[in-house]
Amino acid sequence: MLVAGLGILAAFVALALLAPWAAPYDPIAQDGAARLLPPSLLHPFGTDNFGRDVLSRVIWGARIDLQIAVIGVVFPFLIGTVVGTLAGFFGGWIDAVFMRVIDVVLAFPFLVLMLAIIAILGPGLSSFYIAMALVGWVSYARLIRAQILVLKTQDFAVAAASLGFSRARIMFRHLLPNALAGSLVFVMSDAVLVLLNGAAISYLGLGVQPPIAEWGVMVAEAQGFMTQAWWITLFPGLAIVVLAFGFSLTGDALADLMGVRE
Amino acid sequence: MHRYRFILFRPLQFLPVLFGISVITFVLVRLIPGDPARILLGTRATPTAIANIRAQYGLDEPMWVQYLYFLKNLGAGEMGKSTLYKIDVLRLIATRIEPTLALVATGVVLALLIAVPFAAISARRQGTLADHAVRVVSTAGIGFPSFWLGAMLIILFSVKLDWLPVSGYGETLGEKLTHLVLPGLTIALSLSAVLTRSLRAGMVAGLGSDIATAARARGMPEGVVFWRHVVPNALVPTVNLLAVNIGWLIGGTVVVESVFAIPGLGQLMVRGIFSRDYMVVQGVALAFACATVLINFAADIITVALDPRVEM
Repeated sequence: MLVAGLGILAAFVALALLAPWAAPYDPIAQDGAARLLPPSLLHPFGTDNFGRDVLSRVIWGARIDLQIAVIGVVFPFLIGTVVGTLAGFFGGWIDAVFMRVIDVVLAFPFLVLMLAIIAILGPGLSSFYIAMALVGWVSYARLIRAQILVLKTQDFAVAAASLGFSRARIMFRHLLPNALAGSLVFVMSDAVLVLLNGAAISYLGLGVQPPIAEWGVMVAEAQGFMTQAWWITLFPGLAIVVLAFGFSLTGDALADLMGVRE
Repeated sequence: MHRYRFILFRPLQFLPVLFGISVITFVLVRLIPGDPARILLGTRATPTAIANIRAQYGLDEPMWVQYLYFLKNLGAGEMGKSTLYKIDVLRLIATRIEPTLALVATGVVLALLIAVPFAAISARRQGTLADHAVRVVSTAGIGFPSFWLGAMLIILFSVKLDWLPVSGYGETLGEKLTHLVLPGLTIALSLSAVLTRSLRAGMVAGLGSDIATAARARGMPEGVVFWRHVVPNALVPTVNLLAVNIGWLIGGTVVVESVFAIPGLGQLMVRGIFSRDYMVVQGVALAFACATVLINFAADIITVALDPRVEM
């Protein structure tokens, strides 16, 4: 399972890195003579309404969508880890304040709060990343906090404290490494959600902007041609499904390996 | 009856959350650069209208006083006017609730109709090919983007087979139902992937439980043991799972309403973003957040009613 999951992820990373060589055509070059061609040997995924090669656009899209999944996870992960560690370790009013903030953020449907933030910042990929960081950290903070609360009462933590180590050292050198296992599994299932959200927001026209080849944008652009050309819709969506499956498999395998149950 | 006492006290715990929700929605709109009066009224506002809104929202006062004005207006059911539709946001929201509610309900019902049989096959034939197939499909199903799934269903059932309408909502009940099939199915397919995994785990645990063993010992056929004792118990946590996922479910309807052009709250919000109709965006976000809080509360009550062991 781990091999299959990592294999899928590695394949997409390779496609993204090698896009200029792997893609048979320019992803944004229009060709009036090759509009809406069905899949063929020349164009395995067909062409879209501008005569652009869908396969090449899917390959170039891997760059953007992988970037969405990675950046969209990293910032919430970092913020959530720091907040969760501080809240769990210090407890008291720091914990109380952070937990109330988390309750409020969680009261909003995830996508709705993201859309509201993007409404203010204006559409675009950087707005998506900012909104993601502002909303996504809460899950990580809750996970890490719960772990720290348990870990800080254990013997090794008490021993470290009695040796006179600084609180920062105990928090980040002793407690946090032990708390991270659970959230690394969560990172994988979160990557699926972030990828789907990023693509959905781009589909709505509020994330990545055309003519950049991104899978959500491609499905949105295909919608006007659903009656004539199913292939423009099918292939970018399949790319999302397969990449998401890679993250899910890797996450499940890591959970089994580390004995973590979500 | 003391198990239901939380119904009286839980709303008090909502107060800080509701306060937080109101602060966030207030701050969001005030963070927009520019003159708030023009932001609320649109660019073609008359000087009198601007003077009126300055008074109504206390826009010349300090920020915290403006927040109190905002609360006061909310209390009076006053959420501002839509710059696009020229009517009260609250009334606008009220007209859009029905399609969204119908969509969520259709999605949940269809998801259960899909998830229960598949979880049953999977749980009763553990380790077989069918079990593995269900588990792989439900793992993959979580990664299906709803906008793409919706588009593919349109291509298959509306374009190729011509069985169902492409998009829209309709006027009569019959029209609405036929228009809800594909969007409902889109939500159901994503949701059933989540439900199947949890239902399967519940059923596997139920099949090995003392209740099932005792029923078998009384000579009850395996099928009856399963459907009468195992399935109902496995369904109880589903109520909670649906409540936990309600935010995700609402996010799904926002996207699906845009795919199928259903005039619900989600579509209202997305169009509001494009037309810079900030009062609408603020109002819908507020409505969705309050709905989420209420639905979680309702789920707690239902769980207590369904399972006599649960204490809140």
